[in-house]
Amino acid sequence: MIHTITIPPDAQMAPLMRAYADALAARRRQTMLGLALVALALALACLGADVDIFVFWDKLGNFTSYFYRLSKLDTGAFVWTDPTEWYWGLQRWLRQLGETLLMAYLGTASGFVGGFVLCFLCSRNLVRSGAVRWVVRRYLEICRTVPDIVFALIFVVAFGLGPLPGVLAIAIHTTGALGKLFSEVVESIDMKPVEGIAASGGNWFERIRFAVLPQVLSNFTSYGLLRFEVNVRGATVLGFVGAGGIGEELITAIRKFYYSDVSAILLLVMVCVMAIDLLSERVRHRLLALEGGRA
Amino acid sequence: MSALRETLLAQKPGMAARYPDVFRPNLRARLNVVLVLGGAVALYVYALVTLDFDPHRILGGVLRLTDIAEMMLPPTPDGWARAELYGVALGQTLAIALLGTSLAAILAVPLGFLAARNIVANRVLHFLTRRALDSVRSIDTLIWALIWINVVGLGPFAGALAIMSSDIAAFAKLMSEAIETADRKPVEGVQASGGSRLERIRFGIVPQILPIFASQILYFFESNTRSATIIGIVGAGGIGLYLSEEIRVLEWQRAAFLIVMVLVTVAIIDQVSQRLRAAMMGAPRG
Repeated sequence: MIHTITIPPDAQMAPLMRAYADALAARRRQTMLGLALVALALALACLGADVDIFVFWDKLGNFTSYFYRLSKLDTGAFVWTDPTEWYWGLQRWLRQLGETLLMAYLGTASGFVGGFVLCFLCSRNLVRSGAVRWVVRRYLEICRTVPDIVFALIFVVAFGLGPLPGVLAIAIHTTGALGKLFSEVVESIDMKPVEGIAASGGNWFERIRFAVLPQVLSNFTSYGLLRFEVNVRGATVLGFVGAGGIGEELITAIRKFYYSDVSAILLLVMVCVMAIDLLSERVRHRLLALEGGRA
Repeated sequence: MSALRETLLAQKPGMAARYPDVFRPNLRARLNVVLVLGGAVALYVYALVTLDFDPHRILGGVLRLTDIAEMMLPPTPDGWARAELYGVALGQTLAIALLGTSLAAILAVPLGFLAARNIVANRVLHFLTRRALDSVRSIDTLIWALIWINVVGLGPFAGALAIMSSDIAAFAKLMSEAIETADRKPVEGVQASGGSRLERIRFGIVPQILPIFASQILYFFESNTRSATIIGIVGAGGIGLYLSEEIRVLEWQRAAFLIVMVLVTVAIIDQVSQRLRAAMMGAPRG
């Protein structure tokens, strides 16, 4: 096959080329303007955040030496030479880690139930009343915009120290986050089954049970698991404000410069979080496969 | 409605006789559901017992919480001087979020290319990069803040670095996924017209991933504004410092004012960034 390219005469080409150059220049100008705005914002941010490159450069050595110190025992030996000394508090830390996981589970499960109940009430295709939807939506928004640790701070005052305020904080934040995601899933379902149930005389609950749930359940579970991963990570720091879990031990160790303890706890947390991420990823992929098989 | 319902219900036995397969309960599926749900509930109860949830304490706490909610009204900063202080802190929070996000985005670019399977063929390097990113990601922002405070001292700079550290991995992962799913054809086109390896990346891949990446940056900026509001709790600058202080000294009206400030700011930023993202992702230009 032979292709031929016909080039129009110069007189015809010139205006085309000029138009192309103009369009290109206009786009360039736009890009430059955007970049300039970003640069200006960054410069302002640097001023606002007290950024000092020289301080950073001077202190950067601290960063590496901090990790070096993390790898040393009190005796001056490297931590891996004496694991029993390094993990002297293993039993206690494992118990606290377990407590952290249980907190994340309780909070996620409660938040899942909350989001589950509320998501139907703020879905456009299931609730006709705009007022109900508006109220539920604003409630969910407040729940997820206030960070869980702020709730934890307040709840620690109301409920006292311990895992209870932490769990409540996670539960409320999770309700907001999951409620929004769930309602997005519900709003994108196929409405034909819902109409079918309505046509055969099903009431609102039956429509949800038999027409909506089968379509959304695997998605809900997958989002719930994803949130559990996030919450495990979040629960490790709730102890910073006294809301239970391993965070309390960690912040004490960091503040009091118990270097080997810090590295031991951090490593435990990292392994645990990664294991849970991996597990939940497996389950989520299987759920997705299940979904694909049915469709 | 109900008349229809009754007729249909009256027909049910006949229908069940004619279509036994449809009406036969699927015992295995039911058993599975019961097992999963039962397990979840059992674990829930176990957790409640282990964590020592006392109904009296919960009730007392809820009562105290209503008192607190009452004391929060109306939210007020108690005078202009303090409102100004809060405003500066809020600006600092935004600065932390912006700086942390952009630092992470810049540093994640090379990492993203390293972690992409179709750029770096070396499997060992690829595996190591991915695992390293995972381990960085498993540490919460507040922990990073504590670590950076040890390095650069108390203040917002530590906060920006903390946000950067906790986001780098997520950014790099998203970036590598975008690169891996990028269309091969433009790359082959550049190669066919004699482009070098770098030119293939610049003209074949970068134009494809740039809009995705830009919208991700905005999305992260949104979520980082939220993280930056709390990073002050451990002393890394921003509005969180005041928030935790006012809560600790039980100045509920001021605390409520701060929370409202955060809510409004986050809502505004969400709106703006949503518009920008929609403009970037969708809408053919011109």
